[in-house]
Amino acid sequence: MTRTDVLRPVRDEKAPPRGRQPRGSATLVTGCVLAGLIALLALVSLFWLPYPADDTSGGRLAGPGGGHLLGTDKLGRDLFTQVMTGSRIAVQAGLGSVLIAAAIGVTLGVLTAFAQGWLDDTLAAFLDILIAFPTLLLAMLIVAARSATLGSAVLAIGLAQSAVVARLVRVLVKRVLAQDYITAARTSGTSWPRTVAGHVLPNIWPTLVVNLALQFGLAVLAEAGLSYLGLGAPPPNASWGRMLQEAQATFTTAPAGALAPGILLVLLVIGVNLIADGLRDTLDPATRGRRA
Amino acid sequence: MTLLDVRGLTVRTGDGRTLVDDVSFTVAGGERLGLIGESGSGKSLTTLAVLGLLPDGMTATGSVELAGTQVIGAPEKRLTTVRGRDAAAVFQEPLTALDPLMRVGRQIAGPLGRRTGLKGKDLRRAVAHALAQVRLPDPERIARAFPHEISGGQRQRVALAMALACEPRLLVADEPTTALDVSVQAEMLELIDTLVREREMAVLFVSHDLAVVAKVTDRALVLKDGRVVEEGAVHTIVGAPREEYTKALVASARRLESALDLRSAR
Amino acid sequence: MTPVLELSDVALRYRGSTHNVVEGVSLAVEAGHSLALVGESGAGKTTLLRLLLGLARPTAGQVRFDGTGLSGRNREQMRRFRRSVQCVFQDPYSSLDPRRRVGATVAEPLLSLGIDRRATAGPKVAAALERVGLPADAAGRYPHEFSGGQRQRIAIARATVCSPRVLLADEPVSALDVTTRVKVVDLLAELKQEQGLTLVMVSHDLSVVASLCERTAVLERGRVVEHGDTAQVLGRPAHPYTRHLIDSVPRLPA
Repeated sequence: MTRTDVLRPVRDEKAPPRGRQPRGSATLVTGCVLAGLIALLALVSLFWLPYPADDTSGGRLAGPGGGHLLGTDKLGRDLFTQVMTGSRIAVQAGLGSVLIAAAIGVTLGVLTAFAQGWLDDTLAAFLDILIAFPTLLLAMLIVAARSATLGSAVLAIGLAQSAVVARLVRVLVKRVLAQDYITAARTSGTSWPRTVAGHVLPNIWPTLVVNLALQFGLAVLAEAGLSYLGLGAPPPNASWGRMLQEAQATFTTAPAGALAPGILLVLLVIGVNLIADGLRDTLDPATRGRRA
Repeated sequence: MTLLDVRGLTVRTGDGRTLVDDVSFTVAGGERLGLIGESGSGKSLTTLAVLGLLPDGMTATGSVELAGTQVIGAPEKRLTTVRGRDAAAVFQEPLTALDPLMRVGRQIAGPLGRRTGLKGKDLRRAVAHALAQVRLPDPERIARAFPHEISGGQRQRVALAMALACEPRLLVADEPTTALDVSVQAEMLELIDTLVREREMAVLFVSHDLAVVAKVTDRALVLKDGRVVEEGAVHTIVGAPREEYTKALVASARRLESALDLRSAR
Repeated sequence: MTPVLELSDVALRYRGSTHNVVEGVSLAVEAGHSLALVGESGAGKTTLLRLLLGLARPTAGQVRFDGTGLSGRNREQMRRFRRSVQCVFQDPYSSLDPRRRVGATVAEPLLSLGIDRRATAGPKVAAALERVGLPADAAGRYPHEFSGGQRQRIAIARATVCSPRVLLADEPVSALDVTTRVKVVDLLAELKQEQGLTLVMVSHDLSVVASLCERTAVLERGRVVEHGDTAQVLGRPAHPYTRHLIDSVPRLPA
């Protein structure tokens, strides 16, 4: 009987307060600082770099300091320059993939959520197959069809992620559609497009935004992985993944080459996730109202 | 003999709000006590505190002695032996009280087997017997069914059978009929009443519905905002309420009921 | 007089099901004669309500609005229908969009039916909220700031803001405490009186129905087993099921 009891929600009590402390804004600020730092690096790299990308004047595997903030790699290129270009590629990869995933995923998810009966089952199975399709294979196909550019990698990652997003959106939308306020909207004469825009999307948004942030992180990692395999942005564009790959052999003697892109990668992923958490909390009228 | 002795029970949330405030009562062996209250009265939290099942983040102070065991502050291991043997519970929502992925028979066989030590065919027979006792038709078929395959009323009977399987000395029933249809509710109340009388079991019956509480219990407490506002025999509370709040409660119930009588009298 | 809403020999069978959820149901909702649909779970109350709301189409029989068959294709008719027939749901927690301010929720019928624009809806929303006994500042707040009873008032304000003729209510008070229940029943009675609303109430609670509706139909397993004036149905029930329902209501000791 322990199980029977513990699962039971407390029905007749006033809703216990959730997250009373103003959590949302603090996480949001921390996230913005972390991700903003990297975005700033990326932005600056568009106009100014300490050294040209193919400058090897610093000598091989120079340590940090001197003319090179983080030292140089085994070809004598400035590491900080590479980190900056890498941050631009990472942000592009993350944003690009998430935009593709969100656009296709949300549209597909909303449309399939309205399906009924056998069509519903078929679409669900279709999405599952898409999810099971390996990103790597998809990336190789796209690279074969086009060429190994950042765009190909982003397209592959975005497409792979849109299936994941679509399945999530489908479930979320279905749950919202079962609510009485949707029926109320219908009996008030609200058209389906307006119901989706006015009721469905605002209510799936909090969960969706957190998931998209997660996808952003995964996309950055996936791009790093693909360029590690030579399927991403071609040299001399230093993506963090390529830097990790190149620094691999010299990790014990010159760790900066691997640590710098590795740490930035982690910071970016954490930053974006914190932003998402913070957004969810600040956007929720229930927690926002309590703070006021 | 006192079976349940609650003294100065206070339940607070993590951020210091008091939801149950200095509640005291006793239930003697075989006695039937009602807790009456509306949303936010703290009646459900009181029953959860009695069973040592308060949600995370809530703390209880005061004293809850159940069959000689102090529940407040007791380690989970001790509570597990107390629950079931000394007290078992039936809650409002039968669907969440049962494991959706387990056949009904197995859910009852668990506690029943632990208490009686029966196994195999004997245990199966005991399960069928337990289901038959809560007046479920065709107990063998029900035992093989999953919770979603039977009706709400049947599920609540299964939950009752599970609670009774351990022959507890105290049955805690928290709004056990609120989710049920009227006619099913009437049968369920009748059933609880008979079974409890037969076994001389004590009952702590919680409901917002005065008439329902009056069906099963003799004595009742009225709770409001976590405090006991009135206490006494059920027919005194209903017939001659003393406190303002109790008066309002009785008047509301009477108002609705009288509509029925006016129509019927015509 | 033509009934506002009429079900004639209606049956509905859900896809993949082998039997009808409701069968051979004929009911008329006449202006000024509130109707109660009484029955227990599985009786088909909610299905009938969906049919009356035009959310489901019968597999047999016809739903008529002002004497003409209801058709989803007839947009002009649907608009008139939506404006005339509004609904209040059982669960006040699920029936209000948690991410919308109360004012926007109440204004929804006005905007969606093209009665008002956002700019001109304000006074009507304020009037509707005042009518259901909510403070004027309620419009700017979110649903979670209100109790169950207040939420049900908001839902009633939304359903009455466009001055409908018929208000369908699906167990409107069964999720509420007894004291709140009485207040909401009073509110519905008041609206009935002052706005000339005709109620169609689905309920398993006979006492709520008895005080609000002139007519009662008792449903058992998808069929109407008894139908007539509430006083007669409850006072001299002809069908054993009706009698059973009445006897099952728990009563306070005298």
